[in-house]
Amino acid sequence: MKRQIYVDNAATTRLSRAAAEAMRPYLDGLFGNPSSAHTAGMKAAQALKRARETLAGLLGCSPKGIYFTSGGSESDNQALISAAAWGAEHGRRHLIASAFEHPAVLRTLEALRNRGFETEMIPVSRGGIVDPGRVASSIRDGTCLVSVMAANNEIGTVQPIAEIGRICRERHVLFHTDAVQAAGHIPLNIRGMKVDLLSLSAHKFHGPKGAGVLYAGENVPLVPLIRGGGQERGLRAGTQNVPAIAGMAAALREACGKMEADASHTAALRDRLTDGLESIPGAVPVGDRDHRLPGIVNFCFRGVEAEPLLLLLDEEGICASSGSACAAGALEPSHVLLALGLPKALARGELRFSLDAGNTEEEIDTVIRATASAVTRLRRYAGKKAL
Amino acid sequence: MIAMSGGVDSSVAACLMKESGYDCMGVTMYLYRGEDRAAEKRRKTCCSLDDVEDARSVAFQLGIPYHVFNFTDEFEREVIRRFVIGYENGETPNPCLDCNRYLKFGRFLHRAEELGYGCVATGHYARIEKDPKSGRFLLKKALDEAKDQSYVLYAMTQDQLAHTVFPLGNLRKAQVRRIAEEHGFRNAQKRDSEDICFVPDGDYAGFLERYTGQKYACGDFVSRDGRVLGRHKGIVRYTVGQRKGLGLSEGKPLYVCAKCARRNTVTLGGKEDLFSRSLAADRLNLISCGRLDRPARLSVRIRYGQREQPATVTQMDGGTVRVVFDEPQCAISPGQAVVFYDGDTVVGGATIRGTDL
Repeated sequence: MKRQIYVDNAATTRLSRAAAEAMRPYLDGLFGNPSSAHTAGMKAAQALKRARETLAGLLGCSPKGIYFTSGGSESDNQALISAAAWGAEHGRRHLIASAFEHPAVLRTLEALRNRGFETEMIPVSRGGIVDPGRVASSIRDGTCLVSVMAANNEIGTVQPIAEIGRICRERHVLFHTDAVQAAGHIPLNIRGMKVDLLSLSAHKFHGPKGAGVLYAGENVPLVPLIRGGGQERGLRAGTQNVPAIAGMAAALREACGKMEADASHTAALRDRLTDGLESIPGAVPVGDRDHRLPGIVNFCFRGVEAEPLLLLLDEEGICASSGSACAAGALEPSHVLLALGLPKALARGELRFSLDAGNTEEEIDTVIRATASAVTRLRRYAGKKAL
Repeated sequence: MIAMSGGVDSSVAACLMKESGYDCMGVTMYLYRGEDRAAEKRRKTCCSLDDVEDARSVAFQLGIPYHVFNFTDEFEREVIRRFVIGYENGETPNPCLDCNRYLKFGRFLHRAEELGYGCVATGHYARIEKDPKSGRFLLKKALDEAKDQSYVLYAMTQDQLAHTVFPLGNLRKAQVRRIAEEHGFRNAQKRDSEDICFVPDGDYAGFLERYTGQKYACGDFVSRDGRVLGRHKGIVRYTVGQRKGLGLSEGKPLYVCAKCARRNTVTLGGKEDLFSRSLAADRLNLISCGRLDRPARLSVRIRYGQREQPATVTQMDGGTVRVVFDEPQCAISPGQAVVFYDGDTVVGGATIRGTDL
């Protein structure tokens, strides 16, 4: 078995030691229910309070705005459904989102459309950046929400969130940002960005799976998706996942603490990988090079399909990914790449590498060599039809 | 690389390959987006999520890697479109033949080569043997004649046969189910698939109308001598040999004898008019020999599961063939395959074009 090279950190990350340490007491001895009135319960409740304060401090918002959820998808769903409910109450049934949002946003908008809301997808540039001017011109009297992700999860482009936030605030429209891929990787400040709703997920910044945050400003009335007990101010019922939440706060604290150092190291690896892959014939880099997350590299390879490419890389111990999979597990051409205007045939050859400060130059060089050799191999067979 | 549909046959095929010591990978081909409709009707299709889960479960149980490959574009282009065009041209196409030709032993085999696998295995009931005399790979009927699928495999080339294994060729269906049960496969008692996978409800006309977004024009039922007998509801709704559902009341039972897309007519006649002694076919593929040098006395099938009929097969120019049967045959349908056998061995086959000589 070859040594594993993990370059799929946008899919999920390794649990950090700090997060694991923060979780351990609540997996072991401190198992109380945070809603219980006894001492064991209070200890768990204290952990939630500390986590809420830590997260609020790191994100630049009030702890009152932090709602614990199961992750990014739930947060996105609740954000959009709440904004739509608020809009409907005020006779505003028009929602705007960028065309390359995460499916958690796109599918929720679809569901809202089926319930009589009007949704508008604003196009993104070929480089994968949303134009704030387009957002401004799409807003009208009946608009209740704009949703634009902080950074795209597939191509890594960082969006002008502060500018879009300012526009929305001026026009009195709610602004949601899916910051799942951005949190812990680039600075985020909710007050500064004028965000009303924000989603994040712990396992994208070395926290555990199954924990996330929905931030909602005080002026945004949330609608619960899960009804029941009074947890999270009655807006997200169900006993909180205390160990995961403690781990999430520790992970984000650590990620923000060494963000600058990690980002510069990771960005150097990213540029080394980008340069290396660019030299492969028929390689098409995807996404603006100047405005991107430190860790994400996205390429299409002409005449090559991602499915066999990923398997050949896996044989070399390299974990990478491509687009998204359907319910059956088959790869679909990425809606993100199609939104950028790339042809479907080219989008089938998409490969995403998402790096992390733990990767090394040596690993990057191995990835470049393995990709070049897999692409060459597949091109050779592409010429020879089995028929 | 083993093609796993989630059914019991391909599961056992995978199991036998693994037990023979091959380095295996299981693959389900994702062929079309039928989930929504399948979920509505709760009908099993070859691409339903349940089937993928069954295949995955068996692969995990066997300890072999498993993947789902997206071949929807190829399936659409090579199978569904050909099916639609065939029907629109008044033929009776067999999409399973095209799926074998272009997907299983085309795209799928190609993918296996790309990934460095030496051969593919499927759960087909048929046998492949190498003829020591000619050096050619031979396709033979399965040991279990009731399950024999050699008819739908006649288009395989020598190269495809050389890189294919049919582990079930020497087994009976009951044995296959027993092996599945012994291994505790969760699909051991799953029923066999029957209908065309992308038309699980068997309503071809409805599928064609949904797919093309058009209604097929009504036209005339005509007799063999050109007399108008009534109105039909679009030629795609009728197949050669059909008697029921014509909505006519003539004195004697009437059958669909032919369809003409150009004139949009359906020709009806009596039972006796369905019989024909000869047929012409093209796209000939020969397996046991490179060429039929002289007219050959062979056993012939003109549809899946039919008992073979003695006939004389003559190869013409340009991959066409003429077949003259000893006895007249009922409902020879353009678009279907004609397959020639010499005993258990598939000599070759072709696509039926017409009955005229």
